[in-house]
Amino acid sequence: MSRESVYITDFVSLKNNQIKHQQKLLYKADSFLELKSFLKESYKVIGLNYPKFHKMDDLCKLGLLASEVILKEKELKTDTAIVLSNASSSLQTDYKHQNSLQQHVSPAVFVYTLPNIILGEISIKYSLKSENVFFIEETFNAKLLNDYAQVLLQSGKASSVVCGWINLINDEYDVFLCLISRKGEIPLSVENLEQLYLFENE
Amino acid sequence: MKKTYLLEDAIISPLGFTTEENIEAIIQLRSALRFHENKRFPSQGYYAGIIDADHLNSVFSEMASPNNFTKLEQMMLLAVKQVLDKNLQLDLSKTALIISTTKGNINLLNEASNFPKERVLLHHLANIIKDFFGFGMKPMVISNACISGGLAVAVAKRFIGLGNFEHAIVVAGDLVSEFVVSGFQSFQAISNAPCKPFSMNRKGISLGEAAGAVLVSSKSDKDPGNIQILSEASANDANHISGPSRTGEGLFLSIQQALKEANVHAGQIDYLSAHGTATSFNDEMEAIAFGRANLLDSPVNSFKGYYGHTLGASALIETILTKHSLLNNELYMSLNFDELGVSQKINIIKQFEKRPLNLALKTASGFGGCNLAMLLKKEDHE
Repeated sequence: MSRESVYITDFVSLKNNQIKHQQKLLYKADSFLELKSFLKESYKVIGLNYPKFHKMDDLCKLGLLASEVILKEKELKTDTAIVLSNASSSLQTDYKHQNSLQQHVSPAVFVYTLPNIILGEISIKYSLKSENVFFIEETFNAKLLNDYAQVLLQSGKASSVVCGWINLINDEYDVFLCLISRKGEIPLSVENLEQLYLFENE
Repeated sequence: MKKTYLLEDAIISPLGFTTEENIEAIIQLRSALRFHENKRFPSQGYYAGIIDADHLNSVFSEMASPNNFTKLEQMMLLAVKQVLDKNLQLDLSKTALIISTTKGNINLLNEASNFPKERVLLHHLANIIKDFFGFGMKPMVISNACISGGLAVAVAKRFIGLGNFEHAIVVAGDLVSEFVVSGFQSFQAISNAPCKPFSMNRKGISLGEAAGAVLVSSKSDKDPGNIQILSEASANDANHISGPSRTGEGLFLSIQQALKEANVHAGQIDYLSAHGTATSFNDEMEAIAFGRANLLDSPVNSFKGYYGHTLGASALIETILTKHSLLNNELYMSLNFDELGVSQKINIIKQFEKRPLNLALKTASGFGGCNLAMLLKKEDHE
């Protein structure tokens, strides 16, 4: 049990064809650019070099891009937990699978019809053999993320936590991911999570 | 850290609409698995455990109009109702509600459905259950593939342990839908016969549908005979999103962590409730993890031969069954087992047996590389 201070060490958002890293614009695409192209361009801008990326569904691509921004070049312990949430589960890919039922059903699509697959993808990429959970919420719930991150840290089940919101439906996306650890300047709190999320959405 | 207990529970399945009926069916070796026609399969159909909708409607109609609720909602509401009816003292304004499911009302994506499409959203499903009974807190929803139901119990325990709330109703449920059947068939993961966990002749999974509910609480209600959640842990394989780790890494780590937290060793475990889906890779992975964890002597079963794989519900209904195994001092036969078909000599329960049981381990694994281990202990007189 540890009650040391914990901080929001790093954070990123992907929304409206923009990537913001700690509130600084990292990439801004033409607002008419469609999701597929935005993902491709972001991959280049972020400097991700990961061939598996191209096989993923769009929800996982968003998650991988956001993770890379806040996790690359960081020394992560393998007990870094991942706590993600959204409103639409894997519904965008669910529709794709549902629409294929009368024709050819693809296992490569079906496997992405679970929201927690992104937890697996991030775990694989960053070698995190850790606590994972995927919550479904109507809207961004800073209290749930804060409380559960605190539970994992205080009970010693994790040394740090990647947590956030990653929603995708009808090609509209809203991603806010942060790394919570013992290092940093912004104390972890419901208010701070809320404010950072809202700022990213202005 | 506060102690946490598994109290009143309910299982809604093709084998019965109460936990007692389900256990009776298991003792009588009755399986829910039946042949269902489907042109997708070369054999013109598949085996699954499906709840009779007319029977469900008629039982549900004593509680509310079946026309207003989907099949899954009816199953979940019935399960929660049973638990609440036996706990009238519970203050619902302070009781957490945690829902776990992989696909919820996914069958509503089908054009033929009469229900609005928004019912497919999992938070919507959660609010239907919340509003029906008048829970005061915002419900939580956990969708973590096939460990969902067990992970939901773990999450309840963690919040209770740190004092966020004292009581939680954990509900889990999933359906057999064309959505899921077609997907598993595309993986060629569905057996052409009722599934045979850990057997030489296993050919894959059978699907099933069920709902379960349990009251998780910081207060015990009996003395002796309370089942305590001693510890639990989850770990990702970090290996593959649809195939289990060949070394059973995440499952092994989960078990090690759960044992460590509870300060017990593998030799003390009286009973092991495995995931045992009956796919070639999963069962072998579990056997390897059990071998690495020195659990080869523990009597082990899979309940999938009775129910099929009930996805997000499986780990919850199997946790409930494990609880009753401990309470009843009964080991339930691993149905449809023929000859050992994994590389490790696990100790499969081949027939019903009465023996003193105190400590049990429940495990589960799922797509996305997730794994869960939970230790349950029967408390003696305090």
